[in-house]
Amino acid sequence: MLYAAVAVRSFRRYSTYTAATLAGIFTNSVFGLIYSYAYIELWRAAPHAGGYTTTDAVTYVWLGQSMIMTVAMWSGGTTDDLNERIRTGDVSIDLYRPVPVLWWYYAGDLGRATYHFLTRGLAPSLIGLVLFHIRGPATPAAAVGFAASVFLAVTVSFAIRFLVATTAFWVLDSSGIRLMSAILSMALSGMVLPLNLVPGVAGTIVNALPWASYVQVPIDVYLGRHHGTDLLAALGFQALWAVVLLGLCGWVLERATAKVVVQGG
Amino acid sequence: MSLIDVRDLARTFVVRRRNGALTRSRSEVRAVHDLTFSIGAGEMVGYIGPNGAGKSTTIKMLTGILVPSSGRLRVAELEPSRQRTELARRIGVVFGQRTTLWWDLPLRDSFELLQKIYRVDAARHRRNLEEYVELLDLGDLLDTPVRQLSLGQRMRGDITAALLHDPEILYLDEPTIGLDVISKGRLREFLRTLNAERGTTLMLTTHDLQDIEALCDRVIVIDHGTAVFDGPLGDLHHRGESRRTLVVDLVDEAPPIAVPGAETRKVEGPRQWLTFPAGASAAPIVAAVAASYDVADLSIQEPDIEDVIRQIYAGG
Repeated sequence: MLYAAVAVRSFRRYSTYTAATLAGIFTNSVFGLIYSYAYIELWRAAPHAGGYTTTDAVTYVWLGQSMIMTVAMWSGGTTDDLNERIRTGDVSIDLYRPVPVLWWYYAGDLGRATYHFLTRGLAPSLIGLVLFHIRGPATPAAAVGFAASVFLAVTVSFAIRFLVATTAFWVLDSSGIRLMSAILSMALSGMVLPLNLVPGVAGTIVNALPWASYVQVPIDVYLGRHHGTDLLAALGFQALWAVVLLGLCGWVLERATAKVVVQGG
Repeated sequence: MSLIDVRDLARTFVVRRRNGALTRSRSEVRAVHDLTFSIGAGEMVGYIGPNGAGKSTTIKMLTGILVPSSGRLRVAELEPSRQRTELARRIGVVFGQRTTLWWDLPLRDSFELLQKIYRVDAARHRRNLEEYVELLDLGDLLDTPVRQLSLGQRMRGDITAALLHDPEILYLDEPTIGLDVISKGRLREFLRTLNAERGTTLMLTTHDLQDIEALCDRVIVIDHGTAVFDGPLGDLHHRGESRRTLVVDLVDEAPPIAVPGAETRKVEGPRQWLTFPAGASAAPIVAAVAASYDVADLSIQEPDIEDVIRQIYAGG
């Protein structure tokens, strides 16, 4: 099947850069250490903040580090290729093929995310396990739910990155938009601080935005904070954003290809 | 029934320009207009014109990635922009300056992906791949990542990639750009074979007129968005009122040669350059020169096609 072949090759492609992977794991682990000590102090001052125990909080840190590359928070997914190919006009080659561009890049990004999850995701978490005895998944249901939630997290983040990348059809340099998107992802995903710590209406809002799918939801699922129908509701929240945003991607792509000039001769 | 049918095709682009802090002007640029031609199955057509003439715009419309502003366009009886995916299975596109291969993957992987993209059945894929790998001498390169290939090697890979699904039409955009003379020659030879054996229709845009001379029986010259010439390559010469040159090496230096039907353009020691209309025969001029002068050597230079085309652009 084509999309499986695309995903496998994308996985292989990222796996050729071993040095980058190792350097990345090192960086994630250093940040994991810094955040862990900061969180431990924070939870000493405010025990059970956001409903998390200190162990939960430290687990949150390491899982958060694991999610950074998996959801390509700073960019670095196949959507970067798309952005560059729109800028240079190479996207015309993608359009010459009898394959929907959206699914092509999505399949590639799933392959990439799988690779990043298994390396840049798993390795820092193992270090967290050794150094800080972070928790395992709360229940078998939480473990399965976490896998599903990570998949949906990648999908939502892919859709947002795809939308950002396609702005290159209209603006010549979309690096500003990409930077803004990366900052929004960091702030609103729960990566820097759990969104559950945001009080009042602001908290309700940030927990309803698509970025909550990136980190907050998968980790809460992992920690077993959602049970039964609540677990399904959490996954449903991510799935809803995934469907809405992918639909938007399809619409934008249609507009772009119908109207906009592919740049360059 | 022609394979490619273009009638009164036009494409305008809206260009917005900022005049001041708030005001903007909007103007329309006609990239292509009143373009009409048709290409039959099995033809090899050169599509040439200066930069910005509308070549790429035309190709983009023919392949369906750009919607025409007006006019009629059919390729293999399909309407490209509406039936882009269907059409994509029947055409191949090669860009000299872009690659359809995957940069980080071995050549073999790109070919396998393309098999799946175009849903080529396994037996046919294997047969085609074997044939092209043989013809284009890619055997040793199949496991090399594309980023490590030289330009000539990558180009051969790209051509293979464009042909694995047996397209009826192959569009080539500057296929020989940057290649050395030997690679260019091999590529042209390959394209000739492809056309002769498989009947693949070729449409070639290029700045390298040797490509055209080597491959195309027919040339369409486009300038300022519309065709200014469409016909056999030989007719270009008449159209451009081009001249052939007779180079005469005399035994001794002499004043400029004067013979009827030719003009002496340049004298350098014993060597003189005479020009005469490309349509005229060289025989009487050679005879006249030989009758009146002591000639050591003679040679005739055919008109440079670039000069011919330059004249068309200037006149058009």
